[in-house]
Formats: sequence, C-alpha cells, structure tokens
Amino acid sequence: MKVTKTDLLRPVLALGFGAGISFVGPAAQAGGTLVVGMTAGDLPITTGNPDQGFEGYRFVGYSLYDSLILWDLSKNAADKATDIKPGLATEWHIDEANDKRWIFKLRDGVKWHDGCNFTAEDVVWNFNHSTNDKAPEFDPAQFAQARAYLLNTGVASKIDDHTVAFDTKVTDSLLPYELSYWLLISPCRAKEVKYNWTEYAQRPSGTGPYRFADAVPHQRLELVPNKDYWDKARVPSQDRLVLVPMPEASTRTSALLSGQVNWIEAPSPDAIDRLKAAGMQIVTNPYPHNWTYQLNFANGPFADKRVRQAANYALNREDMKEMLNGLMLEGYSTLPPSTPYYGHPKIYQYDPAKAKQLLTEAGCLPCKVTLAISTSGSGQMQSLPMNELVKSQMDAAGFDVKLEPMDWNALLAVTREGVDKHPEYNAINVSRQTQDPFNALIRHVWTPQWAPKGANWGHYSNPEIDKLATAIFAEFDTQKRLQMLTQLNEAMNEEAAMIFVAHDVNPRAMSPKVHGFIQAQSWFQDLTPVLVEP
Amino acid sequence: MIRYALRRILYAIPIAFGVSVVCFALVYIAPGDPLQTVLPPDATAETIAIVKHAYGFDKPLPMQFLIWLGRVVTGDFGVSIATRRPVILEVADALANTALLAMFAVPIAFGIGYAMGAVAGSFAGRWIDRVVTGAAVVGVSLPNYWLGIVLVIVFAVEYMLLPATGMGPNGSTGFNLLQWSNARFLVLPVITLSMIPIGILARTTRAAVAELRNQDFVQTLRAKGLSEWAVTRHVLKNAMPQVMAVMGLQFGYLLGGSILVETVFTWPGSGFLLSKAIINRDVPVLQGTILTLSLVFVAANLIVDLLQSLIDPRIRRA
Repeated sequence: MKVTKTDLLRPVLALGFGAGISFVGPAAQAGGTLVVGMTAGDLPITTGNPDQGFEGYRFVGYSLYDSLILWDLSKNAADKATDIKPGLATEWHIDEANDKRWIFKLRDGVKWHDGCNFTAEDVVWNFNHSTNDKAPEFDPAQFAQARAYLLNTGVASKIDDHTVAFDTKVTDSLLPYELSYWLLISPCRAKEVKYNWTEYAQRPSGTGPYRFADAVPHQRLELVPNKDYWDKARVPSQDRLVLVPMPEASTRTSALLSGQVNWIEAPSPDAIDRLKAAGMQIVTNPYPHNWTYQLNFANGPFADKRVRQAANYALNREDMKEMLNGLMLEGYSTLPPSTPYYGHPKIYQYDPAKAKQLLTEAGCLPCKVTLAISTSGSGQMQSLPMNELVKSQMDAAGFDVKLEPMDWNALLAVTREGVDKHPEYNAINVSRQTQDPFNALIRHVWTPQWAPKGANWGHYSNPEIDKLATAIFAEFDTQKRLQMLTQLNEAMNEEAAMIFVAHDVNPRAMSPKVHGFIQAQSWFQDLTPVLVEP
Repeated sequence: MIRYALRRILYAIPIAFGVSVVCFALVYIAPGDPLQTVLPPDATAETIAIVKHAYGFDKPLPMQFLIWLGRVVTGDFGVSIATRRPVILEVADALANTALLAMFAVPIAFGIGYAMGAVAGSFAGRWIDRVVTGAAVVGVSLPNYWLGIVLVIVFAVEYMLLPATGMGPNGSTGFNLLQWSNARFLVLPVITLSMIPIGILARTTRAAVAELRNQDFVQTLRAKGLSEWAVTRHVLKNAMPQVMAVMGLQFGYLLGGSILVETVFTWPGSGFLLSKAIINRDVPVLQGTILTLSLVFVAANLIVDLLQSLIDPRIRRA
C-alpha cells in the first residue's frame, strides 16, 4: 500500500488543527446504538473469516458475512445446544452415486452489500480465494483462517446458476458443519479494489445482516443494518452496532458502569455483584466450551489410564464453581450435558481417596506431573486461580503438580507442535470449542489428528476409537451418526481422555437499557433483535 | 557547539543500529509464532508452512533481518500482519496519540516535580522537606496501573465526572483538543502518567539542591551579602544540569508511552500498540515501534545533552 505524505501528517493535523474537524456522532434514533466492549485485544479483521478467535466471528464475521450454512441462534437455541440451519445454501445432500460429492442448492435473490448478485460462480471464486495459491484472488490470511474448515475439500464446482458441488478428499458426512465456519466475501468488491486486501478491509462487502459503516484502526468498528438482508426476520433492530476492543476486564467493567458502552463480554466473576448492584443485566447460558487438560499419552504418568482417572477423581469442581462466583458448569466430560450426543458418560465425582488408591495401584505416588498453562487467553477463563486450585486439589490427592505458566501465544505454539516436540509437559491447559462433532470429540482422540498434523496433542491412539471416528465420517444418517457420537463421548470419558474441569457459561453484562437479546447456547450470538433505549 | 552536536548525532547511529539488531533478535528468541494472529489455534504444520512462505517468514533469520533493514533505511517499515496497514502509519498514529498525553504530562510532571524538589531542598531537614519527600516517595511507589484503576473507579464510575476509557467519544479520528467533550478523555491518563515522573524529579531536584546549598560557593555568595532569594536562584541554576539529565530520561519515558497506563485507559498510543504487537507477535509492528521509540529516546537525550551543554559549558569540554 502506498503511503502518502498526507497519511503521515494526518495524526499531526488531527492533533494540532482538530478544531475544525470535530466528529459528530450519529443521532440517536428509535433502535438505538449498541456499543459492545469486546475482550479482543484488537478489532477483528474484516476481510472474511476474522481473527480474534470466535469473538471475531460472533461480532464481525457473522455480522458482515454469511456462510452457506449458518447456526440457529434463535430462541430455539436458548434451551438446547445450537445446530446448523440453511444460510446462503437452502438445502444440501450427498450425491447418491458418490459419497465424496456434496451438492448445495443456493439461495436465490441474495445481493452482496455492493449490489452484485450472489451466484454459484461466487462460491467457486471464494473457494479459490481461500485455497488456491495460484489464483489471483488468493489471500494467504484467509487461507490461514479458513484452511481448517476446508481441509477435506478438494474441489468446488458450479453445476448450474444456483447449484454447486464440493468434492471431498475422503468421505465426509460432517462437511456441512465445516462449511458453517467458512464466510463468503464479494468477488465484485475484491475485483474493484484489485485484490488489495488492505483496501478491501476498509470497504468490506458481504451478504450479512450488517454493513460496514466506519472504523478507527484498533479503536472502534461501526456497523449499520443491512435493510435488504435476505432473512427479513434478522434485519437488525438497532440503528448502529459499535464494537470496541477492551482486553482489560476492569476497563470493560468501568466502561459499562460509567455508561461508555452498554454491553460487555466476559465480566470478571468478582465484578458481578458490583454490576448487579448498579442495575446491570448479567446474562449467562451454557455453551459448547470446555476447560480441560489435554494429556500426554506418549510418555509419562498419564499414559496409564488409572492415573488419568485419578486426576479426574481428585477434582472438587464445586469448589471451583464457588471460586468463580457461580460462573461455570462443573465439567465431567468433554461436552456440556446439553449436547445431543452427551449420552451417559462415566462421571468422576470428587473422591480423593479413590484417586490415591488408583495412584497407588499405578505405582505413581506421589505422582509428579508438569502442566503447561497460560496466564490468560481466548476462552481460558480465570486461568491462573483455576490452575492453582487444580494443583492444590491434585496435590492433596497424591499428585505432585508443577505448573509451567507461559503467555497464550507460547502455549499455542506448544499446542500446535505436539507432544513429540514437548515431552517435558504431561498436559496442556487449552480450552476448546465443542460446537460441532469433529471439533468437540474426534480431533482429540483420532490417530490421523496427531499433532502437528491436528489437535490430538498428546498422541492418543486407540484402534476401536479410530474405527468409530472413521464410521462417523461415513454415516450420512443423522440419527445413526448421533448414536455413534454418543458412543464416542462415552468412550472418551471411560478412557479419561482429558482432565475434565469446567464449562464456561459465557457471561456478559449489559445496561438495563438493552432489550431483546436471547443468549443462544453457542459461541455465536444473534445481535439483530437487540434494541437500546435512548 | 556545532561540532559537539554533530559528534552526538554520529554517536546515535550505532546506537540505533544496535537497538535494531537487539529488537529483531529478541522478537525471535521469544517463544511463539509471528503468524499467530492470522493462524487459528489448531493450524496444522502444513498450513503454517504455506502461510510462513507466503509472508516470507521461511527465509533464514539473517536474510530476514537484512531485507527488513534494507526496507527500513528507505522508510518502509513493512505492513502489519494483524491489520495489514503500513507499519509507518500504525506507528505515526500511535506516536501522535502518545505525544498528546506527553504534551500535558511533561509540563505537569516537570513543573510540579521541580518545584517540589526545589522547596524540599531549600528547606532540607525541616518539616516541609519531610512532607514533600514523603509525597514524592508515594508518587514513585504507587503502581501507575493501580492508580489508573482507582482514579477510574472514583471519577468515572462513582461520580461519573470523567470518561473511563478511550480517546474521544468516537475514537482518535477527529479528536478535538479544544472541545471539553474530547479533552476530558485526557485528564485521568495524564494524571496517572505524571505521578511517577513527579516523584522522581522531586527527589532528584531535592538531592541536588540540598547538596549544592552546602557547597563553598554558596557560603561565598552569602558572605558577599546576597539575599537568600538570590542565593537560591544560583543554587537552582547549578542544580539544573543534573535535573535535566533525569528530565531527559523521563521525557523519553513519557514520549515512549506507558504500556500499563495506555492499556488501563485503552489509549491508542505507542505503549498500547506495543503491547498488542507483543501479544500477537506482530513482528513488523513490534520491530517498527521499538526502533522508532528507541530513536525517540536517543533524540530526547540528545536534545537534553545539548541543552545541558548550553547551561553548563564545562560539559562541552568533557
């Protein structure tokens, strides 16, 4: 990008001669302005699949853009786990003659924010944009963000103006879930800016319920309703959505209490009473999140199932809940209990005597283990005090735990590189999303997912479970697949495939002037019904 | 004087080069991935390799350094991995925002600190000295992030007199210093930022003044019949070079931006930019910001050295 003298002088001009260029904020109207204090350290990118974790998807990704398949975030999802629903595709099915070919029927009459029509060519173009490094539209940043969701997809092709096909490299019954995370951007706008993604970021165009209005780098992103949104029930009720990154929990709390924002994500547990006393609404709901330890199965004590079970028996999760002011669900499985494939897994209730007995049987008493933890990070909740409590409870039951704290980025590197490169750790504490079957279960225990190829950090391997995972990918009958997934979850508990600790309840606080929000059991939320009183 | 100035400017070049080498090396020694911001947590080794190649991070480190240095000397600091904006714009915006804080914090800190130190030094050992020195110790000892949070709780949350966070009602774009609705965002960060320099300067000035007042030339001035006020003026002038050296360091500190204060107030300055770049391992921004801040620091000290030599010609001869 070319930098002009004016660009460089802009900050100086703004400071020295700002008197004449005062910004006049939008006038308050009927729907009001929703100002959200996000936990993100920066504004999520606006060029398609966003960064800043699922918070980026929640506020920016699914606001500006749509995927072929969306998540149902309506009031149906308040009482049960959310599932996928039609998005830019109205229906989809596996080709009866070829179980590696999915057919998607596209929604008719959808327009991009720039006025162009949404077509089957656009889907193929987007596929190249995210995967084909030889294509002019290829964007390495989008490749990085979308790759995990398109890993099994080999080719996307147009069948007719409203139908596309995806050919998968392996039989993949879970492709619709994977495609739900893949956001489509406008080829028209991309061509208009000559594939300059910096410029695209300032003039993004999607099909989502919000349009881009304005942005101040690092400080605020303003979105306005897309009045022509194809789903009329989801045309935003508020007049403007303003997103402000506020990584410090105390800053978010102060900003809400002082009226600078009217919605904050993840208030810290010790601020809840203060917020309630000031009349703020505290909204929580279970959602597909877990706070666990992934274990080292390649070497060390956790290779022994009895030690893994002992660690699970050692934990008093009710104490943890009390410490967090009630803001968690006790974690007894990889999945929260409202997941349709939770089943009836073996529950490791707090029993330190049993834990000690198992450690004695395993010949590991005191059982020395080193846990890699982060000081903070996306989804890590109150990482340090929670890890300290886990250590004290495990130590009391016969373990000798050493915590190895590091920053989030360093822990992610350890996670990606896997146990072969980091045999010094017996477990890693990385919270995970469990929204879809692959991310919830399969990736943690499937041999082809051994890190650094995938998320099976500790190299768990079990022929029975591998067989089950392969069968799940090959099962296109939803009910039958559900039974198999239930079986997998129960097997993972029996195996004590992780140390299960907690599920977050997605707390957020909002001003009493905010109305109409229904919190779905999802990482993503529907902001469109929200109204803000003046 | 000109030769002295040129000599000091020449000294700054190897310092800047040394800083650039150290900051480049430090970024790579730290664990983590420079592409963390564009990679999802579960990125596979294959994905990482392809993205590293696309961003040029697969080249050997010395080659990456030389490519970076070659660009920097032409004024091209590269592009932020996270935002894709040119680093020079990122740094220029952030520095301007920090400079705005410094513009107010410098006179407040230097004025109050110097005045407190002068009073305490002039009345060394008396009750006023003890009060001022005690206050200065408190100023130095208070963690500024703690002070920031307390000020926010009192003035923003409880009394709602001042905003808790941010720079202006609509961000830094169009920030207008002449409008109270904008300027009020400065008050709490400026007070927080000034507190430590006030304490440091008060203590330095107090020590210099108290020491000078016991020197022989002060006795001579008194013996010549000068008034106590005239003697004090001489003492303060002689204390200036020592105080200015500390002012130079503090000036650099204030201009460099405080990571903690800017994070507490979400002030979009160089400290906040730096903290985000560290967390995201946004290497181009990290390198560009550190290099620019080190040059600012070197320049601030150079200016102070030149001013010192103007006040005290003996320094030029050293």
